[in-house]
Amino acid sequence: MIENLPALQIVIPLLGAVLCALVRHGGIAWAISTLVSWMMPVVAGLILAQVLSDGAISYAMGGWAPPFGIEFRIDAANGFVLLLISVVGAVIMPYARRSVGAEISRRNQAWFYTMYLLCLCGLLGVSITGDAFNAFVFLEVSSLSTYALIALGKDRRALLAAYQYLIMGTIGATLYVIGVGLLYTMTGSLNFVDVAARIADMETTRPILAAIAFIMVGLSLKLALFPLHVWLPNAYAYAPSLATAFLAATATKVAVYLMLRFLFTVFGLHATFENLPLTEIFLALSIAAMFGASIVAIFQENVKRMLAYSSVAQIGYITLGIALANQTGLTGGIVHLFNHAMMKGALFLVLGAVAFRLGTVKIEELAGLGRRMPVTMGAFVVAGLSIIGTPGTAGFISKWYLAVGALEQGMWWLVFLLVASSLLSVVYIGRVVEVVWFRPLSEKAEGAREMPLDMLVPTLILVAATVYFGIDTSLTADIASSAASALLEGVK
Amino acid sequence: MTSIAPFVIFLIGAIIVSVTRGHVRSAVLVATPVIGALNLLSFSSGYSVHFELFEFTATPVRVDKLSLLFGYLFHLAAFIGAIFSLHVKDRVQHVSGTLYAGSAVGAVFAGDLITLFVFWELLALTSVFLILARRTPRSYAASMRYLIIQVTSGVILLAGVLMYAHQTGSITFDYIGLDGPASWLILLAFGIKCAFPFLHNWLTDAYPEATPTGTVFLSAFTTKVAVYALARGYPGTELLVYIGGTMAMFPIFFAVIENDLRRVLAYSLINQVGFMVCGIGIGTALAVNGAVAHAFNDVIFKGLLFMSMGAVLYRTGKINGSELGGLYKSMPFTAGFCIVGAASISAFPLFSGFVSKSMVMVAALHEGHPIIWLALLFASAGVFHHAGIKIPFFAFFSHDSGIRTKEAPPNMLIAMGLAAVLCVFNGTYPWLLYSWLPFPVDYEPYTVAHIIVQCQLLFFSALAFCWLKLSNLYPPELPSTNIDAEWTYRRLMPAVIGRIARALSWVNTGAVARVQRWLERMLLQIYRHHGPHGILARTWPTGSMAIWTTILLGAYLLLYYVAT
Repeated sequence: MIENLPALQIVIPLLGAVLCALVRHGGIAWAISTLVSWMMPVVAGLILAQVLSDGAISYAMGGWAPPFGIEFRIDAANGFVLLLISVVGAVIMPYARRSVGAEISRRNQAWFYTMYLLCLCGLLGVSITGDAFNAFVFLEVSSLSTYALIALGKDRRALLAAYQYLIMGTIGATLYVIGVGLLYTMTGSLNFVDVAARIADMETTRPILAAIAFIMVGLSLKLALFPLHVWLPNAYAYAPSLATAFLAATATKVAVYLMLRFLFTVFGLHATFENLPLTEIFLALSIAAMFGASIVAIFQENVKRMLAYSSVAQIGYITLGIALANQTGLTGGIVHLFNHAMMKGALFLVLGAVAFRLGTVKIEELAGLGRRMPVTMGAFVVAGLSIIGTPGTAGFISKWYLAVGALEQGMWWLVFLLVASSLLSVVYIGRVVEVVWFRPLSEKAEGAREMPLDMLVPTLILVAATVYFGIDTSLTADIASSAASALLEGVK
Repeated sequence: MTSIAPFVIFLIGAIIVSVTRGHVRSAVLVATPVIGALNLLSFSSGYSVHFELFEFTATPVRVDKLSLLFGYLFHLAAFIGAIFSLHVKDRVQHVSGTLYAGSAVGAVFAGDLITLFVFWELLALTSVFLILARRTPRSYAASMRYLIIQVTSGVILLAGVLMYAHQTGSITFDYIGLDGPASWLILLAFGIKCAFPFLHNWLTDAYPEATPTGTVFLSAFTTKVAVYALARGYPGTELLVYIGGTMAMFPIFFAVIENDLRRVLAYSLINQVGFMVCGIGIGTALAVNGAVAHAFNDVIFKGLLFMSMGAVLYRTGKINGSELGGLYKSMPFTAGFCIVGAASISAFPLFSGFVSKSMVMVAALHEGHPIIWLALLFASAGVFHHAGIKIPFFAFFSHDSGIRTKEAPPNMLIAMGLAAVLCVFNGTYPWLLYSWLPFPVDYEPYTVAHIIVQCQLLFFSALAFCWLKLSNLYPPELPSTNIDAEWTYRRLMPAVIGRIARALSWVNTGAVARVQRWLERMLLQIYRHHGPHGILARTWPTGSMAIWTTILLGAYLLLYYVAT
């Protein structure tokens, strides 16, 4: 049992998805999904514990030895990502029953859970696999189910958003698979570790350079790196609330992980950051994201859309950590990957509750809502403070590492940019806080009540996590730090 | 008795205040600072709390003589302020006032720069409600300007702290000194809160717009926390001598022509802080003692003056010198207390300003800053002019404005009386205050020479006022808005920002229109695919997203090929 844990991580949600599709009943499908989602953190936790004590795990799928068979390979970096995805999935499931019940028609509820479990399976698969083509397959499993999840949104614009995402996501996947194809032609292997070992003497050849470019651009699309983020705001804004919370917390993070894996493990520091101007490219795009998207967020009227733009900006922080490519900066990027999942998940759950009570997330309709839903809106304020990076919240920890990482690279000006972009987030979070707490009640908010307990508890768990990980960083920062050193060491 | 972190008591107090009303709330408001002060008694100098934060040692509570003195002072100010505001029914003001006082207390006991930063921002966030609570459009605008500047100060502090921590490997808050960009940033952050020249406008802008009771709190804490921070981080920095000298001098001119009497006091607040900054800059034991002692006295007598003006505003609804006058008939006690405060700020012998202000001046002379000494002497004369005479004269005497009102409510009178007693006590028996100062004091305020010099200064200054008044040369009290250096951000910056915003909105609407057109085109295409004329085989048109993808891919390839 224990040695088959990596397989279970993928097989359980896959079977769950099939079951959900077969039962065709919303309530039962929810129960199955909840059961599956609650098993995932246990599996992921056991795997991570094993990795942290005994080092990286290699699991040969179906008994075919790597590099010919598909290898599942888990080290601190993806063990951490697996745990993150599983925990988010488990926390939001109790919330799902009412939120999905309200937003998805009875007929489609079972399909929603099917897609959700498929998406979970795909995301976990991308994180766990040690094979470039297998990663593509899982990436497409998660993407295709994501398109369907978004299209299930109540708003008619959800269809269009899903369609747009479908096109862009497919372009991204195509570029990725072209890159992988180039790699395969040159090295004759698809296994990450194997490719890394064979690539050393050909890392400046044109096909390899082209492979790096194709894979980077393909994954940049998936992780919504500025300026390839345009699919994201609509997709997040019009998807069902639960799907938004889940995707915002996990989907882009997995793409970031895969990019890290390619940059540091497959190609290696030497082939990427030392030979190529990747630092400059990533720095420029990250800063553009931090400022461009934040400014757009300030002008949004739909709060969900605003947070979606904020996500684009926050992804800029993560890629900033990658661009720094030193121990501290990378730790900051990885820890922000985790922290951002917590706080953005919490914020989207709050908005899901607002949509549940009011049926809208337009900012002017939220006026005075703090008086009707004080706990919910209090949760928004705390998670918002974390987005801003206030000390005592998780956001501060990430920004601290990023700033120190920048200083270690001698980029002191970057510290100013970090601080200045935080000021922008003060504006867009502050705008909502001002409306919610200091304006007279809007008509819609008049009859609103606090959200039900089974929705409130998951939200508060995530909010508590943003505060807890702002004070006790032993879980997040330490694992992120060992993940960063595992990545920076490469496979050599 | 086990001791509690000083800030926590105020936090608990604020929480209780937020859920109670009536007499219970009043009792909690008054009891919070008292319990806090009792809790302080259990600390002894040298006590501190540590925990690990990243690779640094955080010290959320650190007690020494300097922080203890400011700690007691802030508890005292919070106590007086709480009594003064007991009649107020507004919960927001009570909660934010209590939290604000707590943040100030937390800041002076902060042993590391991160904790200091946290309380630094809390000071800004909690105090802004005292201005907002006046609920006028003017106060709203002023509070937003105030908040932006205060938060900016905190952000600059954080950037400085980050660089400082990287440079020295420690975040302990001790002597910093001007050395490298990190220390300049931290000094700039302190300077904003301390109202250095050209950074001072938030003070004269926002304080007069706060509620009658809010200004009393505001005048006590923010600038004094900054003075404390300077005294800890930058004693003996020569630059501060000149900054302090300038601060002491320039507000006088604005104060003389200003009509809003609380704004006059705001200017004189900067003037008094100038003495403190100057003392810290000189940096000798006598000078720092003087600065700290003056901070102590200033909180009391400036608080008293703001309280008397607050009482006038509360009873009459007016605060402009041109609209007031003759109030001594209706508000005799308030007038009396105001005169005590005016005498203290003007440093009359037997009043508190006398025993502390001169310490800085003597130190300036001893350390070879005769010009600064002259500047401070001029500032002393000026402060008597605008705060010592102008405030009581225009509010309570001058021409009779015809306003007949009631004496201030009893809680206000008690608070003012308490402050007045403290002013006289510290003026007549300064040795108790001296014993609390960070360095041992061997300074004797009551020498014949000092008394005579001070009396000459005061009497000639009074003479000048009378002569100017009688010969109609004195600037008349006119209803007007005086704008000084804040021109840069109240006139220049809006103009610049407005222009940028217009440009941006053009870009924005342009982009929106493009996206709309693009979406329309896409819809049209979908219609074409699936519609009656549909050409299903046709590929989806390359939208701008796909173009961007291609551009980025091309750029990557190009850069990679060029780079290798």
